[in-house]
Amino acid sequence: MEKVKLTIDNKLIEVEKGTTIYKAAKQLGIDIPVLCYMNLEDLGIENKPGGCRICVVEVEGRRNLAPSCSTDCAEGMVVNTHSIRVINARRTVMEFILSDHPKDCLTCAKSGNCELQDMAVKLGIREIPGQEYAAMSTYKMDFSPSLIRELDKCIMCRRCEMMCNDFQTVGALSAFKRGFEAAVGPAFEMDIEDSTCTYCGQCVAVCPTGALTEKDHTREVINALSDPTKTVIVQTAPAVRAALGEEFGLKPGTLVTGKMVAALRRLGFNYVFDTDFAADLTIMEEGTELLGRLTKHLNGDKEVKLPILTSCCPAWVNFFEHNFPDMKEIPSTARSPQQMFGAIAKTYFADKIKVKREDLVVISIMPCLAKKYEAQRDEFKVDGNPDVDFSLSTRELAHLIKQANLDFKSLPDEDFDKPLGESTGAAVIFGVTGGVIEAAVRTAYELQTGKKLERVEFEQLRGMESIRKATIDFNGTPINIGIAHGLGNARKLLEDIKAGKSEFHAIEIMACPGGCIGGGGQPLHHSDSSILKARTKAIFAEDEAKVLRKSHENPYIIKLYEEFLGKPMSEKAHHLLHTHYFDKSGKIEIS
Amino acid sequence: MTKYKQIRIALNNCGVIDPENIEDYIARDGYMALGKCITEMTPQDVIKEIKDSGLRGRGGGGFPAGLKWEIASKNHADQKYVVCNADEGDPGAFMDRSVLEGDPHAVLEAMAICGYSIGATKGLIYIRAEYPLAIKRLKIAIDQAREVGLLGKNIFGSKFDFDIELRYGAGAFVCGEETSLIHSMEGLRGEPTIKPPFPAEKGYLGKPTNVNNVETYASVPIIIRKGASWFNKIGTEKSKGTKVFALAGKVNNVGLVEVPMGTTLREVIFEIGGGIQNGKKFKAVQTGGPSGGCLTEKHLDTPIDFDNLVAAGSMMGSGGMIVMDEDNCMVSVAKFYLDFTVEESCGKCSPCRIGNKRLFELLERITKGQGTMDDLQRLRNMSNVIKDTSLCGLGQTSPNPVLSTLDNFYDEYLAHVKDHKCPAGECKDLMKYFIIAENCVGCTACARVCPVGAITGEKKEAHLINSETCIKCGACMERCKFDAIIIK
Ligand SMILES: Cc1cc2nc3c(=O)[nH]c(=O)nc-3n(C[C@H](O)[C@H](O)[C@H](O)COP(=O)(O)O)c2cc1C
Ligand code: SF4
Ligand code: SF4
Ligand code: SF4
Ligand code: SF4
Ligand code: FES
Repeated sequence: MEKVKLTIDNKLIEVEKGTTIYKAAKQLGIDIPVLCYMNLEDLGIENKPGGCRICVVEVEGRRNLAPSCSTDCAEGMVVNTHSIRVINARRTVMEFILSDHPKDCLTCAKSGNCELQDMAVKLGIREIPGQEYAAMSTYKMDFSPSLIRELDKCIMCRRCEMMCNDFQTVGALSAFKRGFEAAVGPAFEMDIEDSTCTYCGQCVAVCPTGALTEKDHTREVINALSDPTKTVIVQTAPAVRAALGEEFGLKPGTLVTGKMVAALRRLGFNYVFDTDFAADLTIMEEGTELLGRLTKHLNGDKEVKLPILTSCCPAWVNFFEHNFPDMKEIPSTARSPQQMFGAIAKTYFADKIKVKREDLVVISIMPCLAKKYEAQRDEFKVDGNPDVDFSLSTRELAHLIKQANLDFKSLPDEDFDKPLGESTGAAVIFGVTGGVIEAAVRTAYELQTGKKLERVEFEQLRGMESIRKATIDFNGTPINIGIAHGLGNARKLLEDIKAGKSEFHAIEIMACPGGCIGGGGQPLHHSDSSILKARTKAIFAEDEAKVLRKSHENPYIIKLYEEFLGKPMSEKAHHLLHTHYFDKSGKIEIS
Repeated sequence: MTKYKQIRIALNNCGVIDPENIEDYIARDGYMALGKCITEMTPQDVIKEIKDSGLRGRGGGGFPAGLKWEIASKNHADQKYVVCNADEGDPGAFMDRSVLEGDPHAVLEAMAICGYSIGATKGLIYIRAEYPLAIKRLKIAIDQAREVGLLGKNIFGSKFDFDIELRYGAGAFVCGEETSLIHSMEGLRGEPTIKPPFPAEKGYLGKPTNVNNVETYASVPIIIRKGASWFNKIGTEKSKGTKVFALAGKVNNVGLVEVPMGTTLREVIFEIGGGIQNGKKFKAVQTGGPSGGCLTEKHLDTPIDFDNLVAAGSMMGSGGMIVMDEDNCMVSVAKFYLDFTVEESCGKCSPCRIGNKRLFELLERITKGQGTMDDLQRLRNMSNVIKDTSLCGLGQTSPNPVLSTLDNFYDEYLAHVKDHKCPAGECKDLMKYFIIAENCVGCTACARVCPVGAITGEKKEAHLINSETCIKCGACMERCKFDAIIIK
């Protein structure tokens, strides 16, 4: 690799050709402020429009200041990152940005976690000259089941657009209007609800300001908890425990399962359960479905469609309903763990504790924003009463804990309640890319071959590469498995299936980078991909620490089938644990 | 004898030939240059000839055309493109349109020559949809050239293939910026991206692309025919050949002029342009389109070339030249241009998107007499920062009208701020209607016509205008038969 030498702030450095000034400075410990720039290293996610101009530096011999995020180092370059000219320019540009930004920090959802606010602090902005007569660009508010758009706070960093278009290939967001009025949103300024948005929440996860936030349901949860006629139970998704601690200053990757349970109990939930229980249940259903389809396929049944696709990611479900409705028969019909949990809670468990369906409130804590939308889908309601009443994000749970005055770090470790709180290691790894399929393989292998797995870890299914492939030997039968995280990567696999080029028997798809640990409802990663990696590690550590690591070994699952469901894919299981999909392409079907 | 003369290079055939008839063009040595290139010259020879000619881009930047071609030729790819920038978005500019309407084949020929030299087989002309006649003539010209084999496969019996298509612009000014233009042709939002990569490395569909302006191309065939050494004798040391200007504003003769580089502003304005209308006094000339600067009396003897204009605080731009007289308020002039750039900013980068709006707001306040001395300081700082930090040429130049008027007409700004007066009498908000007591006979006509009752006074006594209430409609002044009402 060709190298170039340059000096930055009088320090000499040699870097690979193609390195930006921003990155080279970082190697020297010089932290040039950036606002629009964003990079999730090793995930191939980079936003580099060069638009905010906060990162400008002085390059000797150049007429204008250069944006360090998008200017490559060159041999002999002399860079100054803090000359008076630079400081003045950076500050003036920041004043421009703030002059067209509401001063709503007191009540803004992003306050305290806002990159724009942080930048204002860093640059020591105390007043905005001329604010009295500066016009502001204003837009209508947009509310949807999962996210809220308040474009008055948009700074045109284009991160959301990059996430939605390049990474997810959803294309719901793009720049509209020109000049002072420009902002980012769905085409023709329609509401996000009318667009092809999947509610993956990745735009929210990267937005540096309060322009994109989740629809907050903490108020509804407080109301339920304070209603004496209600029994309120809660389920927590696997990825939450690997990230919640970050909101309380704990190192990324710190597992806080026990403290999270303790906090939920102190918040007043009558039962604290685990979505992991339902994840084990998902494996029983999805694994059985997979084996069924596979056996038929291998026996030459042409009617059976393969590959089978996982269906536990609601953003992914929305994605194929919008984009590949003609393939809606391929994904597994198994509901997501959140919904399986809700269905079991409001039947089996409600009966057990003798509470009427209407008096049982099911709350879920999810790393995800699409789960909010999923919870209110009509097919998951009985007489208008949803199986899952409200879904909170990891961030919202953290807010609740803070509001309740709980000193999270000093809480004791407590255990989930029984029966819906017991789970295996297979369920925990649902939280990372590749985890669902690994869990399915653990169970399917043993059920199919009748042999016991010596080693439950399938390293070949793990990793951060966007699309992974592995072949697992099922007692002489090679089973081809594909894994994709990110809907853009999923799209590639789907196009292959459509073209008849796919050799996979089963494919796992997660909409978010790294899987649910990188979900749109998680503590903000502020474009530090090491956080996502640390969460992944934590999930695998939790799996390893479990005594039971295969879903079919979960005693409470066994009991549930014995007492209530019969066997996987039974009539009852079908009714409660499976679903069907819709064509949302907006195309009119002529019959 | 005056020492200036108009030389026609870019406009060589305009108005002389029938632009809808290829034979007319061929009769005036048309396509000879292309033939010469293909049959007698290597691509390197052609590039060397253009480099030696000293031809610089006429679209604004003044980048050496030969060098650009050389870079594109050295970037290897399975496909390259030759693009002609016919977006011509400067308000009031029509030099490119005139060339395309009057001599379309010259541009086609030049694009083919460029294609031959850089190794491209496809040409694209990005033209404003608002130019229907130019589009029609280009279409006819392309068809005719294809018919006689001057476009298409195996041109002049060689292995060289080249064809040209039209692409239509929606008329956004910033789409004339080359990266923006390329995105627009690709069906993306018409907004610029950071250079490098330059189009010559990664342009249309990611392939090496040479973008030149209409006038730049139009100068190429004649350079090949007459030779680089003929061309480079015209002009100044660093700016060769001629430049077409659209002369407008308060001069007696408005229209297109093509003069050798090095001609002075005085020659263009006073000799070719015939001086200022109605014998008024020359005040300033704005060159370079909406983001050029306003030059004054002291710049009149500056020989016009790329570098001199920049040194004087303006630029060549695409060749707009607007002359102002003593009735023009320079603060209003700056505000006028900012209004344009605020409208045309694409909105991608913050200094241009928001900064220009703030400049405009400040200028507006000053023209209303609400400006402060601090504001003048801020105006300068904001202008400098916008220039210094904007992403593309639009924002990098949009504050020029502000800076050049601050530099050259600071007194006028002071008058607005300190005395709340507009010396040129153009800022309506600073005008005051005033009754000269000696002339007033107290006929009450003015008081009766004033729609807001701002005029008081006894019959047969001098009247008085309450400037707080007055809305400056001018009705009183029109009515007064004794010339007693004036504007101060
Ligand atoms: C805001 C903006 C608008 C521009 N508009 C035009 C235009 O209308 N026509 C043009 O030829 N060049 C225009 N340019 C310059 C082009 O970016 C580019 O430099 C030019 O087409 C290159 O051709 P040349 O080297 O022959 O001048 C514009 C540049 C900017 C920054
Ligand atoms: S987006 Fe950030 S800066 Fe803006 S109001 Fe919210 S917290 Fe404050
Ligand atoms: S939630 Fe996902 S799909 Fe919807 S706009 Fe945001 S990034 Fe796009
Ligand atoms: S909505 Fe947020 S992420 Fe999207 S461009 Fe605006 S500020 Fe950036
Ligand atoms: S300078 Fe203006 S026109 Fe150019 S990229 Fe920035 S906002 Fe767009
Ligand atoms: S961070 Fe470099 S331009 Fe925004």
